[in-house]
Amino acid sequence: MLKRVHFPASYLPYLLVAPQVIITVIFFIWPASQAVYQSFLIEDAFGLSTEFVWFENFEYLWGDSHYRSAFGRTLFFSAAVAFLSMSFALILAGFADRIVRGATAYRTLLIWPYAVAPVLAGALFLFMFNPTIGIFPYVLDMIGYDWNHYLNGSQAMFLVILAAAWKQVAYNFLFYLAAMQSIPKSITEAAAIDGAGPIRRFATIIFPLISPTTFFLLVINATYAFFETFGIIHAVTQGGPANSTTTLVYKVFNDGFVGLDLGGSAAQSVILMILVIGMTVIQFRFIEKRVQY
Amino acid sequence: MIENRPLLAIASHLVLLLGVAMVALPVWITFVGASHEAERMLQVPIPMWPGDQFFVNLKQTFWGSGLSGTATAPVWMMMFNSLMMALMIAFGKIAISLLSAFAIVYFKFPFRMGFFWMIFITLMLPVEVRILPTFEVIAKLGMLNSYWGLTVPLIASATATFMFRQVFLTIPDEMLESARIDGAGPMRFFWDIVIPLSRTNIAALFVILFIYGWNQYLWPLLVTTDSDMSTIVVSIKQMLEAAEQSPQWNIIMMTALLAMIPPIFVVIAMQKLFVQGLTETDK
Repeated sequence: MLKRVHFPASYLPYLLVAPQVIITVIFFIWPASQAVYQSFLIEDAFGLSTEFVWFENFEYLWGDSHYRSAFGRTLFFSAAVAFLSMSFALILAGFADRIVRGATAYRTLLIWPYAVAPVLAGALFLFMFNPTIGIFPYVLDMIGYDWNHYLNGSQAMFLVILAAAWKQVAYNFLFYLAAMQSIPKSITEAAAIDGAGPIRRFATIIFPLISPTTFFLLVINATYAFFETFGIIHAVTQGGPANSTTTLVYKVFNDGFVGLDLGGSAAQSVILMILVIGMTVIQFRFIEKRVQY
Repeated sequence: MIENRPLLAIASHLVLLLGVAMVALPVWITFVGASHEAERMLQVPIPMWPGDQFFVNLKQTFWGSGLSGTATAPVWMMMFNSLMMALMIAFGKIAISLLSAFAIVYFKFPFRMGFFWMIFITLMLPVEVRILPTFEVIAKLGMLNSYWGLTVPLIASATATFMFRQVFLTIPDEMLESARIDGAGPMRFFWDIVIPLSRTNIAALFVILFIYGWNQYLWPLLVTTDSDMSTIVVSIKQMLEAAEQSPQWNIIMMTALLAMIPPIFVVIAMQKLFVQGLTETDK
């Protein structure tokens, strides 16, 4: 971790770490500790007095059916986004891996959605699925299906999942293709000599060998769906209709900035922090493992 | 090539082309939407082939005040704000991470590991989980509606510090020994040896951070209440809200196109650095 040869101690290293540490303390550690502190407080409706209530905010959340359903909804949303974008990317990467020439051209054609902001992805899908002028509702109407995500909660959920998954395909494709291309050709060749066809080789050799990548992408996709899809939900549904697309992060924002329930919002932030810490630990343990492997 | 199956090769290309088409479809529809008159975009079914109004709309969107009847700033101004934000975040993150990684790898000083863990903690505190208290800090410091308020709270970076630490650890110790024999001080060594040796890593990280900065949404949404400070990514949401009363989809789609072209251009033009940056930072 430290170089064997290094410079002697002086005031200089403190100056060097100072910018990073000052910003970390002012904008990260101080606000986070404020969030923890506020999660133990209840403020009255006029903001005149606050009361220290220990875990009452958390107890309230535990008993709050809205919060619990937001929790379950976020898990469902994350699982759906991860499954949809990872399986689509896996299929495309599987075919791209077979191509001798031009695999990089397909990579170029598939990675750019990574650069599209989530809120823009939301705007594009909102336009395509706009109930009055969108092209998909028009097509669906021809086969007799009525699309209106402003009224139908499951359609709204489907739409945000689709937009979130669309944006993430690029990332998953990139990592899957790299993982497949790093499998030694001798292994797949040996299987081919033994008479295994392409599908069988994919199922019994390629897919098991890239399982570390699958696990890594699962964590990354879950983190993405939890924290980075705020823009999509804010643009497309604003958590509605009737809270049917309110995820945990959206609820923190909504309760804190719109509902001005400081204690409740802070308690939700603390729960999210614990979730992030858990995900980071999983991610780091996995990266350690991969080094050994 | 393991076996020769021409049919399967053709099928692979077909599946991939279909995949590319599915991924590109939303942007194609956006492009088509941006190339017609506002009236045409209200008739069902909307066109699937580009019209002739693209440059008219481009001019109106870029130089005009965006959507009529809304309080958004001119689009060129918001693009400038986005550019400033992206550049400040990218440069700021790289600069402070380079310095702190250099201190942690090349100096032995009290509390070295303490600082390291302090930086590590930021990894676990994305802006989404501390929005309200961070907003209060910014408000108290009077940094609302400024480039500093937009960027500084996002600048601390554990991933960049870790990445540079990793890069510095691969620099041979002999480099430092010979530099010291030649009489170079720490900062001289930093500028003349460390920075040139990590040039490609810096470039790769810059590509990732530029996209990250340009695409920020939640933070600018809170910090900029003045429409002149708004970024183009945030303005899309305001335009969508306004669209419910006076639908001008051609202008909205043109703005969306303008908002996504710079980061997409960066990804495609610097693809190699982008891939390197993605795999190195591992997020």
